[in-house]
Amino acid sequence: MSSALESRIGSPWRKPNFIHSPVLRWGLLAITLVYLFFAFNSIDVNWTRVSEGLVRGWKFVKAFASPDFVSRGTDIYDGMVESIIMAVTSTVVGIIISIPIGLGAARNIAPLPVYLICRGIIALSRALNEIIVAILMVAIFGFGPLAGFITLSFATIGFLAKLLAENIEDMDKVQAEAVKSTGASWLQWVNYGVQPQVIPRLIGLSIYRLDINFRESAVLGLVGAGGIGATLNTSFDRYEYDTTAAILLIIIAVVMALEYLSGIIRAKVQ
Amino acid sequence: MPVSEPISGKKIWQLRSRNQTLTRWFATFAAVSIFMWCWKQISDVTTWFFVWDAPRIAADIGGRAMPPRWSYISELWEPIWDTFNMATLGTIFALIMAVPIAFLAARNTTPSTLFVRPIALLIIVSTRSINSLIWALLLVAIIGPGVAAGLMAISIRSIGFCAKLLYEAIEEIDTSQVEAITATGASRWQVMVYGIVPQIMPAFAGISVFRWDINIRESTVLGLVGAGGIGLQLQSSLNTLAWPQVTLILLVILVAVIAGEWISAKVRGAII
Amino acid sequence: MLELKKLTKTYPTGDQALKAVDLVVPKGQVLALIGPSGAGKSTLIRCINRLVEPTSGAAILDGVDITKLGSSALRKIRRTMGMIFQEYALVERLTVMENVLSGRLGYVGFWRSLVRKFPQSDVDEAFRLLDRVGLLEMVDKRADELSGGQRQRVGIARALIQNPALLLVDEPTASLDPKTSRQIMRLICELCEERGLAAIINIHDVALAQMFVQRIVGLKEGEIKFDGAPEDMDADVLTTIYGEEDWKLTIAKVDDEEAE
Repeated sequence: MSSALESRIGSPWRKPNFIHSPVLRWGLLAITLVYLFFAFNSIDVNWTRVSEGLVRGWKFVKAFASPDFVSRGTDIYDGMVESIIMAVTSTVVGIIISIPIGLGAARNIAPLPVYLICRGIIALSRALNEIIVAILMVAIFGFGPLAGFITLSFATIGFLAKLLAENIEDMDKVQAEAVKSTGASWLQWVNYGVQPQVIPRLIGLSIYRLDINFRESAVLGLVGAGGIGATLNTSFDRYEYDTTAAILLIIIAVVMALEYLSGIIRAKVQ
Repeated sequence: MPVSEPISGKKIWQLRSRNQTLTRWFATFAAVSIFMWCWKQISDVTTWFFVWDAPRIAADIGGRAMPPRWSYISELWEPIWDTFNMATLGTIFALIMAVPIAFLAARNTTPSTLFVRPIALLIIVSTRSINSLIWALLLVAIIGPGVAAGLMAISIRSIGFCAKLLYEAIEEIDTSQVEAITATGASRWQVMVYGIVPQIMPAFAGISVFRWDINIRESTVLGLVGAGGIGLQLQSSLNTLAWPQVTLILLVILVAVIAGEWISAKVRGAII
Repeated sequence: MLELKKLTKTYPTGDQALKAVDLVVPKGQVLALIGPSGAGKSTLIRCINRLVEPTSGAAILDGVDITKLGSSALRKIRRTMGMIFQEYALVERLTVMENVLSGRLGYVGFWRSLVRKFPQSDVDEAFRLLDRVGLLEMVDKRADELSGGQRQRVGIARALIQNPALLLVDEPTASLDPKTSRQIMRLICELCEERGLAAIINIHDVALAQMFVQRIVGLKEGEIKFDGAPEDMDADVLTTIYGEEDWKLTIAKVDDEEAE
């Protein structure tokens, strides 16, 4: 028996800790506990209000068993069509604008000043929540789907351009270099060397974004930017829970359909 | 390779055959028509007078919004704290609930593909499809306005998101490691703890941080429907047309979002 | 000790992986299972510990028919069969020690295993085994930091800590270089001899099998085509198992190496 083994036998074994330094480990644990304590204490729940509300909550749950698609049928229909229209147009416009911005935001093909500007646009678009943009757009352009359309297009740009730029940045250099070595111009180079590599993923992402835009378009109505959200909000204010249930069910169904569709399309292009 | 032969007899290479070209033209035409129709719908309900007036209004609002009212920040600390709590606690609650649901939904760990899995998937789809703002709207109506409603809205919306990513990670695990643990005579739960959990830990950590980052963004606006946080201040400032305050709040939100993204990137780098 | 009676496995796709295989493995015998890919070697050993459910037939270990057992009795009997895998199948994100100790999971309760509180005797045995396979210094390394040969040694230690009567070994050398392959095969065979274990070793490499084991069984399309001593393997036998090929070199090489 080797001496190394002898010294080990009989001594207990403990799993090495994830964080080695004990001070840091216990410190982090203490901070977490203190934080959780204060965080929980800062939530004040009005229990009488909750117990009253639970009755309403139960009514709402029951409404899902008998959703009412009919009595506000036209409102729901108009709202859904408007939501879908907003989602489609903003996705299309968003794609068209995000392609040049995405190209500009890829460090390996764009010069530095262009890169910085494009990255700035992307950062701004990603940092601003859709609802906040929608509030500003409604203030500027007035109520209606145009404000929603602009909001969603702007959000789409941040999303798609960022992913597109990342895609271009990790593309296969050899293929692009091969095209460059034939003496192609910048545009030809992008067309032949870059485009074929990123198009399939771009299509997949666009469909995914369409899905997100539809989901977002359902809430923009809350601040007056068009779509099904307005109908939803009204039904809520009037306590028409069966209509609310119907709208939510339709949203879920459309999202599921879009997801299914995007699965098929992505499988086809890749 | 499609090659056409005009009367001159010279063969000309083309990328696509005639039928392919026609189909493509038709598809493009259909797509453009749909887009134009959609655009017309939007344009019909838009008051274009306001739109042409937009630059002036934007300049007007911009002029009134500057400079931000810095002194207002003293009233924002508490809402910022609430917003942070909604996002953090909401993410924690969501993860606690998402883990079992993910295990029930993953094809290789679900106890029954026929009954349990569809239910788990239904929970995932329904919580995921509905925006947290709508959840907040519902919950404010049910349990009253306040941080609690926002926290629950954030949790519910995140359940589906986290559970979906997590169950996909579970379905992609290396089965041979699970097999090896099973072969030692381990029980079902031991196989879970030794064979499956270590494999999905990196995914779990990544998902939590990713969702926390998103939740920081979302919790900033939940106040618009009365669910607590900095959105409440935004709403009241907008209602009173106090534009300098709105500017300050937007700046605060921007900083919060960027800080959230920075922290999540750091944590993700440290874990993985 | 182990007896297979008309063991049959038909996959839902209709593929017959095993066609009524009869096989007897006496105590302490190391047996190599050779055959082309898809011959059913993997299925055979997985049917013995029921990682794959056999369709019909019996697998009797020390008088107990494994195929008839309920889930808790099956877990008990799995403890007596150690398994070693082709791609090591270590839990990559756990430490070497945890991987070895996972061989004791059938013996400890859930909560103890969850908090990694194994009995001291298990920990001592793990230290001894790691020393035996030469990895004592690696105890707290994570499994994915090890080289292929080292991982397979951990896999061997994990199988042995179960204190098995039988080793089921699935292509132990398929992802290793020739030198490490030999070391691993030698280690497995030595350990079997030390502890008086029976073993079934699936192996691609005929020459390697001939070098180390006492008995070779050739499997083709789910049927046993050869069963005998390594010396009895000749070109004709290989042709029946694998099909037509010039086998002279394969066998000659073995003789040379043994002469060394």
